Amino acid sequence: MATATSARPARWNKKEARALLTGLAFISPAIIGFLAFAAWPIYRSFYYSFTDFNILQPPYFVGMQNYVDLLKDRVYGIAVANTLYMVLIGLPVHLIFDFFMALLLATQLRGLSIYRTIFYLPSITPVVAAAIVWMWLFNGQYGILNEILGRFGIPHVGWLTDPRFTKPSLIFMGMWFGGNTIIIYLAGLRDVPVSLLEAAELDGANALSKTWHVTLPMISPVIFYTLIINVIGYFQYFTEAWVLTATRDGAVGGPLNSMLFYAMYLYQTAFQQLNMGYASAQAWILFAIVLVASGVLFRSSGWVYYRSEE
Amino acid sequence: MQAVETLHQPSGLQSRRNQDRFSKGIAYVVCTLVGLAYVFPLYWMVTTALKTDVEIFQVPPSLFPAAPQWQNFLASTQTIPFWLYMYNTLVICLLTIIGTVASCSLIAYGFARVRWPGRNVVFMIYLSTIMLPAQVTMIPLYIIFRQMGWVGTIWPLVVPAFFGNALFVFLLRQFFMTIPNELTDAARIDGANELGIFWRIMLPLLKPALATVALFTFVATYRDFLGPLIYLTDQDQWTISLGLKMFQNQYGAQWQLMMAAATLTMVPTVILFFLTQRTFIEGIALTGIKG
Repeated sequence: MATATSARPARWNKKEARALLTGLAFISPAIIGFLAFAAWPIYRSFYYSFTDFNILQPPYFVGMQNYVDLLKDRVYGIAVANTLYMVLIGLPVHLIFDFFMALLLATQLRGLSIYRTIFYLPSITPVVAAAIVWMWLFNGQYGILNEILGRFGIPHVGWLTDPRFTKPSLIFMGMWFGGNTIIIYLAGLRDVPVSLLEAAELDGANALSKTWHVTLPMISPVIFYTLIINVIGYFQYFTEAWVLTATRDGAVGGPLNSMLFYAMYLYQTAFQQLNMGYASAQAWILFAIVLVASGVLFRSSGWVYYRSEE
Repeated sequence: MQAVETLHQPSGLQSRRNQDRFSKGIAYVVCTLVGLAYVFPLYWMVTTALKTDVEIFQVPPSLFPAAPQWQNFLASTQTIPFWLYMYNTLVICLLTIIGTVASCSLIAYGFARVRWPGRNVVFMIYLSTIMLPAQVTMIPLYIIFRQMGWVGTIWPLVVPAFFGNALFVFLLRQFFMTIPNELTDAARIDGANELGIFWRIMLPLLKPALATVALFTFVATYRDFLGPLIYLTDQDQWTISLGLKMFQNQYGAQWQLMMAAATLTMVPTVILFFLTQRTFIEGIALTGIKG
C-alpha cells in the first residue's frame, strides 16, 4: 500500500503527501495487523488446502484431493448439516425472540433497567461456566428441567443424550445468551421517532400495524446488522457445543455426532489429527459459504430502509 | 443519540388508553416470567454450589440448601488451581486491553481525523475483515506462531491485540468524528503536530469510548475458549475457562464443586457489569445502531 502510493508522488502536492504519510503512520498497526493476521494467513491457508500437511513434514502438494475427500466425508457432511440447522433454525428463533422481548421492553415499563440487566447479564457470563451450568440443568436424571417437566406429567427428555433433542436444547440454551441482541434492538426501537408512531396512531393504526408499518422499517438497518453478524457467528458456532460434548478422551459432538458443528470438526482435523491441509480445505469452504451467505443477504436487502441523513 | 420524547396520549381517547394499559400489562407479565426464567439458571447454580454432595442428587431436589455449604467455594478453588487460572486469565486480559486500546485509538485517529487520499477505500477494506471467519486464518497463524516457538505461551493470544481490531476501530472512529474540528484546528495553528493533538486533545475527550473498548475487550478475552484451547498447551498457563472445562471432564459428578467454581468464574464479569452498566449498555447500543 505505502510503496504503491509513494511510487507516483507527483500527482500530489507536498501537503497531501504529508497527510498521506501521517495517516499511514497512524494506521500502521492496522496495516501490519492486516498483512500478518489476515492477508498472509488467508493466502497460506489457501495454499495449504491443496496440500497434505501434518506440520512435522513440509506440505506436500496434492491438488484438489482434500476437496474431493470432503465430498465423500460422511462426518463432515453431518457437521455441515448440523451447522446449517443452527443457521437456518436456531438463528431465526433467536433473533425473533430477541426482537419480541425488545418490543415488550420498549413499551416503557417501569423498572426497565432491572429487566435490561436481567436479560443482558447472561450474555457476558463466561461461556464455559454458563455451559457447565446448563449441563447441570439439562442433566437427564437429576436435572431441574426434567424435574419441572415431571411435575406436569411430561416424561423425561434426553436433552443432551437424545439426538432428536440435542440441537433444540442448544437453541433453547442459546436464547439465554441473546441479551446483547435484545439491547441492540431496544436501543434501535427507542430511536424510532415518536412523531411517526403518533401519526400512524391518528390514522387509526393499531399496535400490530404500527409495529409492522412503522417500527419494523425504521429499525430494519439494525435487524440487518444483527442478521449479518449472527449468520457469520453461527457458522463458527463452537464453544457451547464443545463444552457440552467434549469428553475426557477428546471426543466431541455428542450422541451420533448430533452436536458436531463445522468449527468443531475443523478444530479436530487440524489440532487433534494434525491434518492441516484437510482442515484448510474445510476453512476455505467455510469462507466461501460465509461470503456467499453475506452476499445473498446484502443483495436481498431491499427490505432494509435507510433513513436519509438528518 | 437524539433525545427520546415520551409518548403523549392524545386526550379523549379513553378506549385507546385502556387498550394501552392492557398491552402494557401483558408486557409486564411476559417480561417478568421470561426474566425469572433468565435468572433461574444463575439461582440454580448458586443453590447447587451450596448443597452437599448427597443433597445435589436428592429427588425431588430442594429449592434451598438444607444447610448452606459455604466451604464448597473454598473446596472448588483447591480442587482446581483456581487462583492460578484466574491470575493467568487476568494477565492475558490486561495485556490484551492495553494492546487493543493503544492500537485501536491510533488507527481510528488515522482513519477519522487525518485526511489522506484513499482513506475511505482502505477503511472499507479494513472493516471487511470483521466478516472474516477465524477458522480461515487459524491454521496458518498456528504454524507461524509454532515456528516462532510461541505455542505454549500467552503471546499468540496477546500480541495480535497490539495490531488493531476492526470493530473497535470502527467504534472509536465514530467517536472521533463527533469531536468538532475547531478544537484541533486551533491547536494546529498553535503549531501542535498530529501526535500532540492525538495525545493531548483527543485522548482525554475519548476516555468514555476507550472505557467501552476496554470493557468489551475484557469480556471477550475473559470468555475466550478457542484461543487458549489452541495455544495454552501447558496446564500451568491455562485460563479459567479452559481450566473449568478440564475440571468438568475430571470431576464431572461433583456438581456442587463445579457450580461453585462456575459461580466464582462469573463473579468478576458480574461485578464489572454492575460497576459500569451505563458504559456497557451504551456501547452495545452504539455498535449495533450505527452499523
